Amino acid sequence: MSARLRWRKFVSGFMLTMTGVCAVVAVSVLFFILGYLVFHGGTSISWSFFTRLPAPVGEAGGGMANAIVGSAKLLMLASLFGVPIGFFGAIYLAEFSGSTTAFIVRYAADLLNGVPSIVIGIFAYSLVVLPFKHFSTLAGGFALGLMMIPITLRSTEEFLRAVPNALREAAMALGASKWKTIATVIVPAAYRGILTAILLAFARVAGETAPLLFTAFGNRFWSPGWNQPTASLPVMIFTYAIAPYEDWHRQAWAAGLVLLGLILAINIVARAILSRGIAVPRS
Amino acid sequence: MTSTTTTVPSAGPVAGSRSFLSRLREGDEIARVITFLFAASVVLVTLLLVFELWQGSVLPRHKFGFNFFRTSVWDPIFDQFGALPFIFGTTVTAGVALLIAVPLGIGAAIFLAELAPARLSDTLEFFIDLLAAVPSVIYGLLGVFIVVPLMREYIQPGLKNTLGFLPLFQGPAYGVGFLTAGVVLAIMVIPYIISVSREVLLSVPRDQREAALSLGATRWESTWKVVVPFARTGIFGSIFLALARALGETMAVTMVIGNTPTISASLFSPGYSIAAVIANEFTEATGDLYLQSLIELGLVLFLLTFILNGLARLLILLTSQRGSEMSHV
Repeated sequence: MSARLRWRKFVSGFMLTMTGVCAVVAVSVLFFILGYLVFHGGTSISWSFFTRLPAPVGEAGGGMANAIVGSAKLLMLASLFGVPIGFFGAIYLAEFSGSTTAFIVRYAADLLNGVPSIVIGIFAYSLVVLPFKHFSTLAGGFALGLMMIPITLRSTEEFLRAVPNALREAAMALGASKWKTIATVIVPAAYRGILTAILLAFARVAGETAPLLFTAFGNRFWSPGWNQPTASLPVMIFTYAIAPYEDWHRQAWAAGLVLLGLILAINIVARAILSRGIAVPRS
Repeated sequence: MTSTTTTVPSAGPVAGSRSFLSRLREGDEIARVITFLFAASVVLVTLLLVFELWQGSVLPRHKFGFNFFRTSVWDPIFDQFGALPFIFGTTVTAGVALLIAVPLGIGAAIFLAELAPARLSDTLEFFIDLLAAVPSVIYGLLGVFIVVPLMREYIQPGLKNTLGFLPLFQGPAYGVGFLTAGVVLAIMVIPYIISVSREVLLSVPRDQREAALSLGATRWESTWKVVVPFARTGIFGSIFLALARALGETMAVTMVIGNTPTISASLFSPGYSIAAVIANEFTEATGDLYLQSLIELGLVLFLLTFILNGLARLLILLTSQRGSEMSHV
């Protein structure tokens, strides 16, 4: 073996090892994050975290019950707003539309998907907060729902398109009208994929903070109804983490653990649903 | 795959009256109109967003014009608004982030696409996807309590002792600042670079690798001189995508950048970014000009990410098309 060849082999082995190191470093970040959150959050999580209101400033103790309920309300509103638009929009794109309309809608959805979340916040502020004259659950839910639309729409469309044409033709050959074909054949055939898409969209907005800062704002008490500012887990983590109180830091870790646990769990469930197959007969 | 608009019923000799058929047709029309309304609302809402941003920033655009981007005084009391420090902060942090994230991300993507066996690659990709799902406020939380102290105690003094002759690494080590924000951003965008680059690398036809190897190239030479150049445009696409994310990222940056509008050669200096100033000052902005200046910053951010995302999609599309064309030959 010549010296040059030996050198080339050495370079090859070295660089390939380095790429492995890169991959290990990148993936290990996830375990660092999980480790720190479990370590810091696990020790500070308690029953009162889930059941109590935040304690007055300066006092120790208290919990984030209002933020947990607030987040749930915001996410429910967001899903009620974002999922139907994404879902039915996708049905239109996959089953009805011509290519020009489809291109425009898809382009708009991709554009919306790329908009920084803080800008979504500005938009929701000027559209919902300004007319109503105060911060509200409604505005926060609108902002989050807006972010769910493009994710739901684009992936639902893809899964609908993955349904083989033979199924459509078979249903129509039996005399089913088009909407009946869609409702009883195509959507059921793609339901795993659609469910995954919706779950991923949900998980994505569950951790969003920036759009809530000036729409849902924050609240140290319960927020009755839909028209009051409300606390939410992500915003609580933000305010508590940058505050100067030791006890708040502890609670921020706990909230972080709860939030990340929820989001990762949804992600894993969503992927598990999908990996069982798209429920479309391949042959 | 795209021929989903086959209209079968019109030709079907269905036993039944015309009115039955036309009722069916009506049902279809209703479904069509309803779903169209939902699809159209996506376009409508997007247009409305652009309109609101444009309309909401009339005052500063007329008052300051282009000077908004060239002056660095941000003084709400005297109604002077110049965005230069924020643009500087956003650019510098995103630059630092890319400097770290690009080599790491592409390296990892090469490992996942070229070296790792399919099962290992898929497992690692699963973790990378989970990493991409971690919300930014969690990165901010870890940034505040882990990265900032680490920077202050070890990394910044270390850099100062070794590379302190460069103006980049001078000044007191506060922990918060451009460098820290850049590092946290890098950690956040690496998953995006890896995911997209891996896809693009996997779409490179097998013959390309085999041809290189058969000519006597080592595994690394075939990867670096054949596969990576083939996928170059797509990899650039992934970088633009990451850049767009980095520019628009709010929470994590707000928590670790220091929130002081400064322009400084030193990366240790605390700074401010466009997204961070919007996040911090929007709710307390008194007066229309102040609020609208913040909205104009939002508009800037929107336009930047719009352009970058468009470019990224185009580049990724080009590569994957090239890959599929080649493999059909």
